[in-house]
Amino acid sequence: MTFQTDPPPWTGSVYLDTVSSESLHPMARQTLLDALEQGFADPLRLHRQGRTARLLLDNAREVVADVLGARPDEVTFTGSGTAAVHLGVLGLLMGRRRVSGRLVHSAVEHSAVLAAGTWWAGHFGGSLESVPVDGLGRISLAALRAALAGGPAGVVAVQLANQEVGTLQPVAEAAGLAEAAGVPLFVDASAAAGRTDLPAGWSAAGASAHRWGGPAGVGVLLVRKGSRWRAPFPVDDRIDPRTSGFENVPAVLASAAALQAVVAERAEVGGRQRALVDRIRAGVSALPDVDLVGDPVHRLPHVVAFSCLYVEGEALVTELDRRGFAVASGSACTASTLEPSHVLVAMGALTHGNVRVSLGRDTSEGDVDRLLAVLPDVLGDLRP
Amino acid sequence: MRVDADVELDCRGMLCPLPIIRLANHLDDLAVGGSMAVVADDPAARPDVAAWCRMRGQEYLGEDVAADGVARFVVRRSH
Repeated sequence: MTFQTDPPPWTGSVYLDTVSSESLHPMARQTLLDALEQGFADPLRLHRQGRTARLLLDNAREVVADVLGARPDEVTFTGSGTAAVHLGVLGLLMGRRRVSGRLVHSAVEHSAVLAAGTWWAGHFGGSLESVPVDGLGRISLAALRAALAGGPAGVVAVQLANQEVGTLQPVAEAAGLAEAAGVPLFVDASAAAGRTDLPAGWSAAGASAHRWGGPAGVGVLLVRKGSRWRAPFPVDDRIDPRTSGFENVPAVLASAAALQAVVAERAEVGGRQRALVDRIRAGVSALPDVDLVGDPVHRLPHVVAFSCLYVEGEALVTELDRRGFAVASGSACTASTLEPSHVLVAMGALTHGNVRVSLGRDTSEGDVDRLLAVLPDVLGDLRP
Repeated sequence: MRVDADVELDCRGMLCPLPIIRLANHLDDLAVGGSMAVVADDPAARPDVAAWCRMRGQEYLGEDVAADGVARFVVRRSH
């Protein structure tokens, strides 16, 4: 088998889609290479090779726990962020099945949260109740309070930050409301883990390593000690009863190393990214007929989204790619369905012509200025 | 409930942003104060007609349903 590696086919292109997936952090790369040699064995076995793998796995668990404000035995590694979210939501619903199958969620949750709730309702009965957000994408706490007062609920799901527009959610306040109502809270931290602190108050939480520069195929499920979480799948007799199958020790360790590095660099990298996003927001707001979406202040440091009137999102992505900028779009024509983004709809934002720019750890002011320089031409070419 | 409009713009079968482009092109045909119904079956038309009104400072009057069941989104030219 051969494939071309040198140079990669995108040389010269600026990658601005780190919310979808960030390139491997240098710390993750080195750790992964070392761990591939040392962490291949079954961590359940008692021989030296197995004990070495077990040591690496426990090490990863401790690092992730420390960074995310959990205990090591509250950390589970899954095969993906999506799997972590599914297990988190479904496990809490399973634990609450005699109380209520109602999932109360913000209107802008990731589709993985909504899919878990829909699947649960379809198989075990229950319902989904969407809590509205304001124009910046922030959940209405008054509406959440009303939803919780309106009858028993199985689980509340509120994300740490939105994956399409970067708005931070008032998770600490939502946790207070959930606790007062006696309902467990699931926090989807997939877009935000490593970028901002995870407030306490969750009963379960989920995150995804490739979004912080770890390898793909590693998700993190947190389940708070003492919370009523029940496995929504047949448990095997391996190390961690909240997941199943053989652990990918090297990838898990590399993910932990990347998370630790990202948090250590956060003040510097996040500060730089925050200023660059402000620069993009200022530049984009000067363009005609463009709608900046998401909270300008209470947001992830590296994410900015905007929608451009009279243009297809797909055309924008394609034209920007041609000109050397890799961005994402939440517009319907780029998705697998024709339904507009439920996030943009919930915010009352323009759903066509949407672009999401998410910066990497190395994105420079020059990259941002070149993007801002080509945007007027791109819009001029694409608009009728 | 019926939302009255002076003219109707048939955008059935069109995907966004086309209905919004047509709305922008044709609203100027009306006098200020006149209203236009965009009849569109693309699910993106509902949020996007309202967002267009907000961005362009036009008035969104609401929606109802055409005789064939397709949604109508009614806009008043306010400037």
